[in-house]
Amino acid sequence: MSEELAIDVRGMTKRFGKHTAVDHVDLQVRKGEVCGFLGPNGSGKTTFIRMLCGLLRADEGSGQCLGHDVIKDSETIKRQVGYMTQKFSFWEDLTIEENLDFVARMYSLKNRRATVRQSLERLGLTARKDQLAGQLSGGWKQRLALAACLIHEPLLLLLDEPTAGVDPIARRDFWKEIHQLAGQGLTFLIATHYMDEAERCHRLAFIANSKLLTQGTVAEVIENSHLTTWAVDGPDLLQLAETLQALPGVEQAVPFGSILHISGPDQAALERAIAPFRTSHYRWKQVPSGLEDVFIHLMEKPRETVST
Amino acid sequence: MSHGRGFSVARLWAIVVKEFIQMRRDRVTFAMMIGIPIIQLVLFSYAINSDPRHLSAAVLVADHGPQGRTILSALRNSTYFQFVRQVETEAEAHAALARGEVQFLINIPENFTRELLRGDRPTLLVEADATDPGATGGPLGALPSILNSALQNDAKGPLEYLVSADSPIDLRIHAKYNPEAITQYTIVPGLLGVVLTMTMVMITALAITRERESGTMENLLSMPTRPLEVMIGKILPYILVGYIQMGLILAASHLLFQVPMVGSLWLLMGVTLVFIAASLAVGVTFSTLAQNQRQAMQMTLFFFLPSILLSGFMFPFRGMPPWAQAIGEILPLTHFLRLVRGILLKGNGIEEVIHQLWQIALFGVVVLTIAVFRYRRTLD
Ligand SMILES: Nc1ncnc2c1ncn2[C@@H]1O[C@H](COP(=O)(O)OP(=O)(O)O)[C@@H](O)[C@H]1O
Ligand SMILES: [Mg+2]
Repeated sequence: MSEELAIDVRGMTKRFGKHTAVDHVDLQVRKGEVCGFLGPNGSGKTTFIRMLCGLLRADEGSGQCLGHDVIKDSETIKRQVGYMTQKFSFWEDLTIEENLDFVARMYSLKNRRATVRQSLERLGLTARKDQLAGQLSGGWKQRLALAACLIHEPLLLLLDEPTAGVDPIARRDFWKEIHQLAGQGLTFLIATHYMDEAERCHRLAFIANSKLLTQGTVAEVIENSHLTTWAVDGPDLLQLAETLQALPGVEQAVPFGSILHISGPDQAALERAIAPFRTSHYRWKQVPSGLEDVFIHLMEKPRETVST
Repeated sequence: MSHGRGFSVARLWAIVVKEFIQMRRDRVTFAMMIGIPIIQLVLFSYAINSDPRHLSAAVLVADHGPQGRTILSALRNSTYFQFVRQVETEAEAHAALARGEVQFLINIPENFTRELLRGDRPTLLVEADATDPGATGGPLGALPSILNSALQNDAKGPLEYLVSADSPIDLRIHAKYNPEAITQYTIVPGLLGVVLTMTMVMITALAITRERESGTMENLLSMPTRPLEVMIGKILPYILVGYIQMGLILAASHLLFQVPMVGSLWLLMGVTLVFIAASLAVGVTFSTLAQNQRQAMQMTLFFFLPSILLSGFMFPFRGMPPWAQAIGEILPLTHFLRLVRGILLKGNGIEEVIHQLWQIALFGVVVLTIAVFRYRRTLD
């Protein structure tokens, strides 16, 4: 079984002074899987990814990454992992081609020129190869970064919010590319904020306040949240949202276009809360909880447990 | 994937190539590297003068009569001279002068007292190391009046007759190495050290902090490269820049100011390499200490100011108070200035050079040790 796992780590912990940025996080990702890594800003995603590729020393934790010890063999892991940083981190005063060439030299690749040429072609960068990286738009920068972290044919890709600031078409192309690569056996761990992207992942891991809250497939994550959601359509929904939000049993009342999603973890309490409003003015319907409802639910939960 | 985990020349070369491309694209910095030597050359070729005291002198006394002693104590009382050595032979005296241990040599010849009393105008020979005319000019100018008033005091009574003569002694001054006391001769070779200190320290300090600030350091660390590859890869291109600056300054000082080049150019290049390496080590160390480019810049200035003020570039070294000289002795620029002046103007060879050179090398090694301890392979 562990043969099949690309990432298998337990108890990963990182402290910065008094602050624990990552608190005993376990994560298992199978080979060829695309794992979405979700969590609000500052929850510890970047820190966790940096520990996986040896850029930060873990304070606690153990396990394997591509079959190598995640603590001791970080130099070996580095050669087999492609890491795409959250902030664009290629040399803005080098051209696309020069950046790729530099990376290829760093990994001591054989047939360096041919590899760089192929890499340019595959990601559609050939026409722009002499453009300075600093002058590229967000989408092209991201393509360059992806090309660069693929050039040494890694087995695992760690992508930290790769599509931030990228337009929808480029994002769609990007995800097509990722699923193609996953089909060839590459494993992905992708930190993201976007729900539509999360839904494209085989697996999800939610992290909030430095702790892993849940992991599993999209369906499992929704199932495990035990969240009930009702959709309501009618007049003056903003007023209704405010009224409902204050009631016990209602955790969220969020407008989605012209309808309102009301959700809460306790089905009976929720139905009790909305009962007085189920008049002919409104059209009510129970709907499956969306990933976003679950995401917000998970983010709110730790705060509640602290306050009670 | 089984490539060596040790030091890789290929990766080192990759970093060198990258640095060269970046250097070429960064027009402003490149212009600065060429512009700084030229601007400083123009600015500093004015004379910077002052009135230094307590300059080191050696005495070679072949006559032990009372008048010889009178003259020596008058020289000492003038506060211009401080007798640090008594030498026995002329060879020894000249060696001390060439090595820069003393700046003056006072030579009281045999039969001085006897000839003086006879009114034969004996010769008093004063040799000066005039590579730094700002330092030697004042004392040499004051010499005749110091001597005359000393002998007048002495000449009350039976020796009164001596005073009536124009001057009872034949004072001969040999300003060696830079006989016409041309200040550009000192300033211009000194500039070589100043310009190298400034650009070498600053550019390396910035080159590495820039990687950290722009986030590219994270990328670099995530690749399989060794710290030593990064450091040497960053330093090598700037050694070349240092030599280009050296060429510019030497050409300018030769063509514009006709500064003589007595010594070996090869020796000068070798000596300069040690100095450049030490300066780059300082830059690398700053870059491991600084959080950002602004701090790196401040640290560079913090190092540059004492270097330029206390090295003997701005003010004659021997004229500075002892504490300032003590600090100056630590700075590589101090030794480099002596080396450059020694090689260019005095024609010093390896023997004279080695004494200053090891002090620069030691400084570089100590500083680089700090850098290696401070450089981290991870982001924490
Ligand atoms: N190098 C560091 N030093 C101190 N604190 C840090 C450092 N890196 C991250 N942190 C802190 O750790 C927490 C998690 O940060 P991060 O991993 O970047 O979160 P995310 O990527 O999920 O937004 C934040 O509170 C952040 O301020
Ligand atoms: Mg992050």
